[in-house]
Order: sequence, then structure tokens, then C-alpha cells
Amino acid sequence: MPATPATTPVPSVHSGDTAPAASLETLKDEAMQAAKLRAARTSRAFERVYGVLNVAGLGFLVPVMRMLRGESARAQLKELWRLLGVPVTAFAIFLFAWSQIASHIVTSLGQIPGPKEVWQQSEALWQDHVQQRERRAEFYQRQAERNAELLKEDPHAEIHVFKYTGKVTYIDQIITSLKTVFTGFILASLIAIPVGILCGVSANINAAVNPFIQIFKPVSPLAWLPIVTMMVSALYVTKDPMFEKSFITSAITVALCSLWPTLINTALGVASIDKDLLNVAKVLQLKWSTRLFKLIIPSSLPLIFTGLRLSLGVGWMVLIAAEMLAQNPGLGKFVWDEFQNGSSESLSRLMVAVFTIGVIGFLLDRVMYTIQSLVNFSGRR
Amino acid sequence: MRVFVNRQLALMQKSKAVGVIRTLLVAVAMTTLGAGAVQAKPLKLEKQQLKLGFIKLTDMAPLAIAYEKHYFEDEGLYVTLEAQSNWKVLLDRVISGELDGAHMLAGQPLASTIGYGTQADIITPFSMDLNGNGITVSNDVWARMQAHLKKDADGRFVHPIKADALKPVVEEYKHEGKPFKMGMVFPVSTHNYYLRYWLAAAGLNPGYYVPNDISGQIKADVQLSVTPPPQMPSTLEAGTIYGYCVGEPWNEQAIVKGVGVPVITDYEIWKNNPEKVFGVTKAWAEKNPNTLLALTKALIRAAIWLDADNGAHRKEAAQILSRPEYVGADYNVIAKSMTGTFEFGKGDVRSLPDFNVFFRYYATYPFYSDAVWFLTQMRRWGQIDEAKPDTWYAETAKKVYRPDVYMQAAQMLIDEGKAKKEDFPFGTDGYKPATKDFIDGIEYDGHKPNAYINKFAIGLKGKQKITGGVIK
Repeated sequence: MPATPATTPVPSVHSGDTAPAASLETLKDEAMQAAKLRAARTSRAFERVYGVLNVAGLGFLVPVMRMLRGESARAQLKELWRLLGVPVTAFAIFLFAWSQIASHIVTSLGQIPGPKEVWQQSEALWQDHVQQRERRAEFYQRQAERNAELLKEDPHAEIHVFKYTGKVTYIDQIITSLKTVFTGFILASLIAIPVGILCGVSANINAAVNPFIQIFKPVSPLAWLPIVTMMVSALYVTKDPMFEKSFITSAITVALCSLWPTLINTALGVASIDKDLLNVAKVLQLKWSTRLFKLIIPSSLPLIFTGLRLSLGVGWMVLIAAEMLAQNPGLGKFVWDEFQNGSSESLSRLMVAVFTIGVIGFLLDRVMYTIQSLVNFSGRR
Repeated sequence: MRVFVNRQLALMQKSKAVGVIRTLLVAVAMTTLGAGAVQAKPLKLEKQQLKLGFIKLTDMAPLAIAYEKHYFEDEGLYVTLEAQSNWKVLLDRVISGELDGAHMLAGQPLASTIGYGTQADIITPFSMDLNGNGITVSNDVWARMQAHLKKDADGRFVHPIKADALKPVVEEYKHEGKPFKMGMVFPVSTHNYYLRYWLAAAGLNPGYYVPNDISGQIKADVQLSVTPPPQMPSTLEAGTIYGYCVGEPWNEQAIVKGVGVPVITDYEIWKNNPEKVFGVTKAWAEKNPNTLLALTKALIRAAIWLDADNGAHRKEAAQILSRPEYVGADYNVIAKSMTGTFEFGKGDVRSLPDFNVFFRYYATYPFYSDAVWFLTQMRRWGQIDEAKPDTWYAETAKKVYRPDVYMQAAQMLIDEGKAKKEDFPFGTDGYKPATKDFIDGIEYDGHKPNAYINKFAIGLKGKQKITGGVIK
């Protein structure tokens, strides 16, 4: 998103003249100058706020604020129209077209649901979540009663409290998906950043790793999954597993597919450090660790974060497929189960899932973009 | 509905009780037992938190009911039910221990135990239901089949519809250069065997399996392939297959979606045929014997509930199953077959009270003779590639089917006043009497599997083997 050009006038600062006998005039002048300075300071503060808003994806608030601060309404309205009016209108047109076209397409599951049905289903999913929470409370109530009875019969009976066994709700599934994608993403970063740095530092290592990158980068999660499943089943054998196998399988698949952008960008970032800096480090005979943490990593941070942002995007996209096959109870399983259900509500629910996945993906990207911008403009070098 | 009630009456002549009287009897039995019986000591459970898998089919009902009616919790079990994407995934997850147990195809524990497919020792203490499957063909195939069918006085097609009517259609498809393809849900599924039985009874060869070619299409007139149950209607709609054999609600779904027409149910292929089982690994059962007993108890109670009072609970059961976390299809689709009727073709609703049997006719008892029948079909179609003696069939059945666990659980329920003694086959040797209730009338006696195999016109028999695509 292009930064909005600064339009605030820079206050011109006069040097205090030596006007002969106009003490009142001087005072007035000084007061005005102070006010101008204050205004300049607030302007700068606002500029900073505008910057943050832009980065956070709330750029449309900028013209509103500018208008409130009394800047040219006409220019700002135009800007507001571009930033808010156009997207909203486009979305409205999309909704209208969707509702019109939907009623004309009939699948074996009935008509394609329009925006209204999809909205109803998202409400129904929320209702279901609320109901499930009530059922959970009842479950714990029953369990407590049973346990009390057991204790009454035998005061030494071993009592366990078990977690709710009912179905996971849509909200639970979203949370599971987020946990899974971040686990996979962190795993990927832990591998990709060190390997990327090594590749960037040494041309030989780069040459050795490059074929693997080229071969494994385009592999679909669906191809990885069966292999990962088998490996996890064989290697992850514990009596009391902390994580579900399906969770680990999905997270590893996400990691395998999402580590490449970070790896490539890190390597590129490290390799393109200014040679002069490296030479200076050599001259100063800096220790290897100092060179790494004070020079190499800080210099390549912008590109590392560019890679991380791409990786998270890939990870989120891959996750849905991985969850479908690995039966990890997240959004992917929701999509698969609804496809299998084939009820009259399934299509609407699937569309709710599509929008949820899209919105969450967008938010994740925004968060990464914000971090990336902060790193890029922090001027640390 | 009338036939439904009549059959119930006939069945219950033994206890000479109907409806209300029956409930009263149960109540009386419960009070007398409760007063005199020693309070059974609660089982010491090795594991209380369990995860059980299922496939989205109406015959997973005992699991859903045991959960929703808190029968699991009554036994001190805290069970999570989880839908699985297909039978292979389900089996693998039971073997790997991710699932404690699952709703399984009857062939799965047998095939795993004898090492066909994934090798693992799996046992079953509980049969989940009888019947419940149907064969559906596409609209085009149905249109062509009608020319070869007879109508009765009311203008309805005479049932059961035999595959004889399909045979000329298969020929037509072949002439058009299209090999005739049908779907079933798994190589060792009951659906595969019932579909093969139906086809072969009309002289259509469904193809043989050999150890190095597990597609099962050698010498096939009709090519069968695997599709997960819930995907059947959409695969049929896509034109990949021209028909399929699957459990409910996926036959009735074809009618509702308008993509196909169910022509026959497995009840008409073999009256009261065994269907799904509840399976756990042998290792799991040995480690958690009391938990297995408790599970079996809860499942028996669920089965009793499902068939109680002439099916009075079936509507509620269909409601529960229609929730997205269970079967998830629309209520009206599930209710079609769950409430004693079956819709063959749009509007052709016929009474079929025994389409879904969960408890009557000793449905939940794991009969050795059922296991042996599946083994005979595995041999018939080459999944068991060499001749085995009759004793082998009996021993394999004994390894997998565990009526001892079942009867122990039943006895406990009787002692607790939660079940009636006459509902369980005390004194049986585990073999049902010989029966001719098949669409081709061939008699099956579980004690003589080899003699049975030799009766079929199509199928491997005696010491026959397939080498190089030739039966020798």
C-alpha cells in the first residue's frame, strides 16, 4: 500500500527579529510561533498514527482523521472513496451478483446458497457452539454427580475428572487450526532460518542444499501426507501422548510445505549483505558469533521476514488439505465432514468455511505485514 | 407400517407381550431383580477415556445412542466419537492406537487377522446390526433395466429385482465400448460380497482377486472399485461408476438428489445378513478386558433401545443421526430407511421393517457362522488364494469373533436388570442353523464351508488357483 503523501504544511520558523519597540507585537509573535511549533509536533504525531493505521490495514481511517483535523474536505473525501467506497461497493456488487446467480444454479444438493443462507448458517454454527458449551456444563455436572456417588460407596475410590467428550464446535475447530498452523510454522522457521543463513554464508553449502530446495519446494501437501503419517505412526510411540498424532502429522506437513520461502529469502538476505560491511568485520577481526548476531542477522532481517510472511501464507493454505486427510479436528476436517454429510445445509456451511479461511488468512497476513514493516523501517543495520 | 408390526408380533410370540405389556414386564423384571440381586460390583476399568471411530452410515447408530443416552457414562466410560474419512484410514488408526475401537466392516477384523491387506489381530465382541445396505444404479441404467422387469397387478415392479435384468444392460454398455463399472466401499466389505453375490447369481462375473493384483477385476464382466460411502452419490453423479452397493443413507440420498435408483436391498439378497461389527485390536482387548466388557454392555443397551417398542425410538434415532457430527445427512433421508420403509425409485416406498435390525433376531451376538460366511466369500473371489480345510475356517472365526465377551456382558446386564435373558442366545454353539434365505436359494451351513463354496457356478472352488489370469 503506498504511503499517503504528507500534506501538512511545514511551519516556517522565523528567527526572532529585532523589532525596536513592539513588545506586545513580539509577545504575540512568540505565542504564535509556539502554537505553530505545537501544531507541527501534533502533526508529526498524527503522521506516525497514520503510518500505523496504514500498516494495520485501516488506511481508510486516515482521510477521516485528516478531515476531522480540518484538512481540505474535498481531497480527503476523494481519498476516502478510493480507500473505502470502492472496495465496499465492489463487495456489494459481488454479493448482489452472487445472490442473483446462486438461485439459478441447482446442484444435487439443491440450489447454491446465496449470501443470506450463508449468513444464517454462520449464525447456526455460533448457536451450535453456545449449545455445546451448555452440554459441556451438563456433562461435567453428571460426572461430578457420578464421582460423588462413587466416593459415597467407596471413600477410597480413585476419582478422575475427564475432559468433555462431546463434539468439537466450529470455534474449537478454528482454534485447533490456528494452533496447528503456528506449530508447523514455528517448526518450519526453526529449520529454515538456520539453514538459510548457512546457505547465505557459504556458497558451497548453498550449492549442496539447492537441489533439495528445487526438488521439494513444489511438492504438494497431499503427497507428503501419507509419508508423514507413516513416519509419525512409526516414530511417535508414547504411552501417554501429549499431542494427537493427527495434530503432529498436520503440523509437520505444514512445516514441510511452508519452510521453502523462508529458507530461500533468508539465504538471499544473507548473501546480499553489503560486502563492505563484511570486510569491515574482517578488518576489525570480529568473532564469528558477533559477526552473526550483530551484522548478518540484523542486515538480513527484512528479507527473513518477507520469507516468514510468505511461509505463513503457504502454511495456512496447505493446512486445510493436511487436516482433511490427517483427520485433525480443525477447519479442514470441518470441510471434509460437511462434504461427506451432503445435507441441505452442507453447501452453506462449506461457504462459511471458505470465508472463515479467507478472513483468517487475511488477518494472519496483516499481522506478518505489520511485523515486516516494523523490521523494514526500524533502520537497524 | 402394518407389516412392521406384524413381524414384531410374530417375533414376540415367545414372550407373549406387546407394546405396553412388554415394557411392564421389563419393569417388573427390573424390580424383582433389583430387590433380590446382589448389587454388581462396578468393573475396575483399565481405561476410562476412549476415542472410537466411525464412518458416516446409519448403522453407526449404536455408538451414537450409547453416547447420547449416556450408556457409556453409566459404565464409567468417557467416550469421544470421531468420524473417519474412509475404511482404510479407520482401520489404520485402530491398529496404530489412535482410536481405541471402531465401527468396522465385518470383513475387516477377519481380513486383518488372516493378513489380507494390513496384518493385525483384531477381535470383535459385538455385531452392530443386520442388513442395512442397498444397491443403486444410475438413472440411465435403471431406464434400460426396466424393459427386462415384470410388473405386478398394481403396476409396480416385482421385487426382488435380480441382476438378470442388469445383464443385458451390461452387454449394451460393452457394445458401446464402455466397460460396466460399479462402486463398493472396501475390498473386504460386506457390500463387496453382497454386490458380487447379486451379480454372480445372475451369471455376471464380478472378477477375481489374486495376490499380486488386488484390483479384483480379473475375468470381470462388471468392474468393481472402491469409493468411500458418503462419496457414492457424487461419484455416481460424476459418471465414474454406473451403480454401487453401500449402506444407508447413501442409497436413499441418490433418490433425493435424483442421481440414481436403488434396485435391491441386501435383505433381499440374504435375509437378515450380518453387517458391521465393533472391532478393537487383540492387544488392546488383552490390556483392557474390563473396559471392553463395559463398552460391550453400553453397546448392547444402545441396541436394545434402538429396537425397543416396535421401533418407537427410530424417529428420535434418525434425528440424532442427522446431526452433523454423526451421519449428518438430512433427517428425511435418514428416516426413510430407519423407520421401517425403503424408497425404491421416486415415490415407490415399500414397507421393509427389517431393513435396519439392531437387536432383534440376536443381531448383536457375534456368530461364528457369520465370520465363516465372509471367509467363504473371500475364498470364492480369490482374496484367500488357496484351499483351506473346514477346521481352518472354524479356528479363524474363533480367533476373531468373541461371543464369550459378549455373553459375559449380557449376563451382567441381565443381573443388573437392564436386559432380558430371552433376548440372548444362551446355549448356542455360535452357528446359526443352515439357511436357504439367499436370492439364489443356495443353502449355507457354517459347519461346512468347503461344501458351500463348491456349490457356486461362478467362483473359485476346491483347490483352484488363478495363475496368469487362468483358473487352474
